[in-house]
Amino acid sequence: MSGFTIIAPGVLSLIQDSGRFGQGALGLTNGGPMDAPSAAWANRLLGNHSNATLIECSVGGLQLRADTHSYIAVTGATLPLTINGKAAEQWTAHKVQPDDLIELGMVTKGLRAYIAVAGGFTITPQFGSSATVLREAIGGLNGNKLRAGDKLSANSIDKLQRQRLPARYRPQFNQVLTLRLIEGYQAQSFTATERQRLYLNSYKVTPQADRMGYKLSGSAISCQQTQLLSEGICYGSVQIPPDGQPIVLLNDRQTLGGYPKIGSVLSLDCALLAQAGAGTTVYFTPISPEQAHNALCLAKVRTAAISSQLVSL
Amino acid sequence: MTRLQHQLNQYQLTVAGENALMLYFDQRIDPVISALVQQACTLIRAELAEDIIDLLPSYASVLILFNPLSTDHYRVQAQLQHCLAHLQNSNQHSGKLVELPVYYSTESGPDLALIASTKNISVAEVIQRHQAVSYRVYAIGFAPGFAYLGEVDPLLQMPRLATPRAKVPRGAVAIADRQTAVYPAASPGGWNLIGLCPTRMFNPAAEHAMPVAVGDEVRFVAIDKAEFLRLGGELPELELPKLECSGTKP
Repeated sequence: MSGFTIIAPGVLSLIQDSGRFGQGALGLTNGGPMDAPSAAWANRLLGNHSNATLIECSVGGLQLRADTHSYIAVTGATLPLTINGKAAEQWTAHKVQPDDLIELGMVTKGLRAYIAVAGGFTITPQFGSSATVLREAIGGLNGNKLRAGDKLSANSIDKLQRQRLPARYRPQFNQVLTLRLIEGYQAQSFTATERQRLYLNSYKVTPQADRMGYKLSGSAISCQQTQLLSEGICYGSVQIPPDGQPIVLLNDRQTLGGYPKIGSVLSLDCALLAQAGAGTTVYFTPISPEQAHNALCLAKVRTAAISSQLVSL
Repeated sequence: MTRLQHQLNQYQLTVAGENALMLYFDQRIDPVISALVQQACTLIRAELAEDIIDLLPSYASVLILFNPLSTDHYRVQAQLQHCLAHLQNSNQHSGKLVELPVYYSTESGPDLALIASTKNISVAEVIQRHQAVSYRVYAIGFAPGFAYLGEVDPLLQMPRLATPRAKVPRGAVAIADRQTAVYPAASPGGWNLIGLCPTRMFNPAAEHAMPVAVGDEVRFVAIDKAEFLRLGGELPELELPKLECSGTKP
């Protein structure tokens, strides 16, 4: 089956669908795109299923060749995108044909770009998902990151309505982020003073930030509880290890852990954090579970409204 | 009130995240609590099937993840309270019994001698004591297929290594504190190694990726080297002391 060939994988390119769920009892984590809303737009612009398989390219540098007639869309981090050397707009569906060279330069804003193709890449799922988790050697092509010469199957599609997401709806990747935090887990084991310390101080993204979690540095938070049996860790959990520096646990987090957690960051904000590089300033602000629920429902309504305003080309 | 009835009424529900609730029983490693965790998972799956994204059971807790666009914390909490009212007194193991063969030896278990000398017992006694009890699968996590088994004979209790090994081979049978486990894949690790198990603890290609599940009972059975190899076990390359071999070196 024809499809696409990886010419250069760039810094780190991974096959992802929306993630692996329902396998926690085996110890398998979720994986999936670190910036899920951007990945979802790449699929939506091509009329794909929301779980269609695409590539997450971190930092940039991915080059691939089309071996078939298809359409592509690149979303997420801002980077120079060219097709056969000619500049092409992101957040827009483009037609490609055999031998076309698609090149993603280095990111200029944000960290992770998503490249989707019409119909999605055809990847055999493992445990219900194609999401690559390198630590588990699961998903993608034999659990590996993409390498030069890899062939990715995709159906040949030569007729599709091209669409573009208007610029005003594209996410901004700012150098200052406010993460909405739902207090939970061991929140009561942190004194009110310690919780205020988290909300009143700024933190910086450290270089220890990857698909597993983002370690932040700033005013240390202390917890009265030190002994904790290992327990389930949800997406966005903010773990406070003995050094008091928060770690926001993301897509490839361990399923169980024994450090105290003060709560969890709203998924919409985790996606923005995942686009932040070292040095980004981060604030935390507490929200209630009701406010979190509202934010998620509003985001869904907003996405549906914007989807009806895509520009047809 | 018996201790168990006390626990039945004493679960606690706590918010964990935008789509997550934590169900806590007592904060202890205890087979009775572990049985409650397992029972709770069954009840929750039956009651909330449609809205559940995943359940993560551990020693004394269950993390319940739901679809936040189809339900909310209030509804899930009410459903949990409803179904958890059916928790029953039970000391029964509802899991299956799994026997895992182990090739115990100083060749396959580099920390056997250390444990024996620390505890002032023979290597044979370490091996005998490790097999003498059956273990409960309390949790699965850390890595795919890594099952936390408890509890180890107090005499074999060993702290984690001060410096973790860069590579622990697949199949390594190990002890840390009062827990024991079989490494499902080669990985870094700080547990004390006492043998090798030829059974694959995690095989992504198999229909049943893991031989055990939380709540199962595990017994270790000693096998010799020939049997270990016959069952598909592989001896990892060990760092042996360098020997001067006459004839090959000046």
